[in-house]
Amino acid sequence: MPFWTFYGLKQGNASTSWPAEGDDGQTGLLGMPRFDPAKCEEGCRACAEACLPGAITLADDPAAGGARLKVDYGRCVVCQLCIEACPTGAFTPSTDWAFGVRRRADLLWAGAVDSDEGEAVRGRIRGIFGRSLHVRHVDAGSCNGCESELQALNNPFYNLHRLGIFFTPSPRFADLLLVTGPVTYAMRGPLEEAYRAMPEPRFVMALGTCAVSGGTAGGGHACGNGLQGLLPVDVYVPGCPPNPAAIIHALLMLLERMPQRVRGGKLAPEAARA
Amino acid sequence: MNAGGLSAHAKVGGPPIREVNVRELERCCRAAVTAGARVQFAYAWFPNHAADSSASSSGLDGGTAELRYIVHTAAGELPEIWRCRPGAHHPPSLAPIAPLLSWYEREMTDLCGLQFEGQPQPEPLVLLPGAQASRPPLKPGPVAPLTYSPQPCTFPEVSGSAHHDVQRLPFGPIRADVLESAQFTFFYIGEAILHYHPQLFFKYRGMEKRFEGVSPELGVVLAERVSAVGSVAHALAYCQALESAAQCEVPPRAEWLRVLLAELERLYNHLHYFGHLCHTTTLKVGEAEGKLLEELAKQLNAEATGSRFLRSLVCPGGLRREPYLRGLSASLARLRREFSPYAEMLESSTTHLDRLITTGILRKQLAFDLGATGPIERASGVDRDPRRDQPYSIYRDLPLKVAVREGCDAHARQQVRIAEVSNSIELIESVLDGLPAGPTRAVCRPAPSSEGLGWAESPRGSVYYALHLDETGRLARVKIKSPSFSNWRVFPYTVHDSNMMDYAINEASFGLTIAGCAR
Repeated sequence: MPFWTFYGLKQGNASTSWPAEGDDGQTGLLGMPRFDPAKCEEGCRACAEACLPGAITLADDPAAGGARLKVDYGRCVVCQLCIEACPTGAFTPSTDWAFGVRRRADLLWAGAVDSDEGEAVRGRIRGIFGRSLHVRHVDAGSCNGCESELQALNNPFYNLHRLGIFFTPSPRFADLLLVTGPVTYAMRGPLEEAYRAMPEPRFVMALGTCAVSGGTAGGGHACGNGLQGLLPVDVYVPGCPPNPAAIIHALLMLLERMPQRVRGGKLAPEAARA
Repeated sequence: MNAGGLSAHAKVGGPPIREVNVRELERCCRAAVTAGARVQFAYAWFPNHAADSSASSSGLDGGTAELRYIVHTAAGELPEIWRCRPGAHHPPSLAPIAPLLSWYEREMTDLCGLQFEGQPQPEPLVLLPGAQASRPPLKPGPVAPLTYSPQPCTFPEVSGSAHHDVQRLPFGPIRADVLESAQFTFFYIGEAILHYHPQLFFKYRGMEKRFEGVSPELGVVLAERVSAVGSVAHALAYCQALESAAQCEVPPRAEWLRVLLAELERLYNHLHYFGHLCHTTTLKVGEAEGKLLEELAKQLNAEATGSRFLRSLVCPGGLRREPYLRGLSASLARLRREFSPYAEMLESSTTHLDRLITTGILRKQLAFDLGATGPIERASGVDRDPRRDQPYSIYRDLPLKVAVREGCDAHARQQVRIAEVSNSIELIESVLDGLPAGPTRAVCRPAPSSEGLGWAESPRGSVYYALHLDETGRLARVKIKSPSFSNWRVFPYTVHDSNMMDYAINEASFGLTIAGCAR
């Protein structure tokens, strides 16, 4: 009979201390493409044609005297095809993955960034839930990528418990409803039931591009468009799937323990990193 | 192994197509099955739909469904494709001859509107009771959202003197822990499960329909999102189907790197499997170690490819870009060093093995007849693996070892996966050693109205993609045969007459996904 206890002790502590310090575990991981419209060529639509989920679209803009590119990171599935399609380098690869935001509008690329309304002080969240948050996850039709990363949160490396965040089996004990997937016709009822069963105050997180906007599976005959028009969302986390560190960032952001990093579809300067 | 000088399928323009008359279907199927063939899967599509009126010139029934059966004969590398145009006839159900076809026929009834004569289980499969489509969803053209007013499932009747003692436990679709949505109904007395009924299609997203009208290059983005933990296998099967349609030759370097990606995928999936299996047998340190090794593998994936799920690399014609391989062999060596003592511990922990041995018995004949695939069938003594039997990419040049065990239980399924992890590491090392230089992408432009079939062995078993292009060169119909659809078909037979305490262990030992099954 092997000595598992001894084996475990010998392996030592594998957990990262991130975000306080240390490794976030995402070396080399590609995030949302960066967009620089100044580099766009007149009349070019190569990126929009390469964008399957419609994150890049052409919108009429009479002020600019023609069509203008609209970039919605809430629809981006991080496939990197726009970067390859762009002939002028207006889209560039990045490691920007901490894309959790409080307002859906913050995922739309905007030249000028408005005031930090998204950071509106809701000090009571931290006061009540800052040290203990219970999460009920509902899979509403994901491709299992989001589940794979959510399960990773409880592996020894991320060790979510160290941050006082726990998954709970019953919605009655849950503070946060964490939804993945585009919401299929059959999961809509059970999802709404789970939400109704939660005590107040309750929060909702749309995790992954499918839950934010429908993603590649949204619309059509069997799916909705994520939580749009279904439940009030407190935090949107696009990504396909969001990596475990991005999920931790979004959870801590909800708890006001980390700042929101994205505004107007752009990552705030490094100083904003807590 | 290289029968008849056939090279990899992508280079010979695809498997042969055989016309089968609807009246001959049963006879052909019986003859094939008797000769040891397995009818791998079946699907329907609607050729000439857009040109309904002019299609009558073919003398056949343009605009109505055409059936396809993909058959693996006992010998021979390429599968055979049977084409059947039922016309006004109801095709006969082949499920009584080849039981694994039952689910495919019910799927065609739900999504293509076909009725099969003599189908032993005529109730809907993919559409939940109470779901209604305005027209068969897989007929080309727009479909209105399904209407749905939930109805109770039909369950077998419970009778006998003790029928009042039989309890019914519905579990799901939202289950405890972070799991995919599905509903399981148990009929049980005390500890004993009499009957088990899974409802697996709460997550039906209509992914096959999403391909319709999409350009072939963009289709791979969808294929990668059918089942995330099988991204590479799905992308590979999809791209190989397209390459077969285009008769495109993938550059050698890309073929080698594709194997590297496919084996990295097997690695992180199997490591996750051990962690989860230990979770169900309450071997806590074993669970932590398995999940930590999985995390190391996923971080290694991100460093090499920019994606923890190895996405955005495989594309029609090869690879989109070069992976970053520096440091890979060192990380791999570390994984190997940590895995072998871990595997030895798993194989010698009696508390763990006690829960696995004789749990979830799946006999060889049942595994074969019901279409079990991947590690599941190989743990039941069925010696099949497309990487060797219908070789694609460069597997025939690599030291591939197909792991087969005769145990038929949860323990055999663990053993097969342990052997596969070791072999995957070996395969990756051989790729790193022998990787040829050169380009990684060739032009892949399939002709309009062409079709192709592609396959790959995912960590859970075989994935097939059958593609049909329309006259503008866009995707008209994509059929996805996923390993979890096959293995979920088999799984309930290992649960009936077992007990509640073993259920979670048995389910974990199968390593199933819902997303792949429901699509």
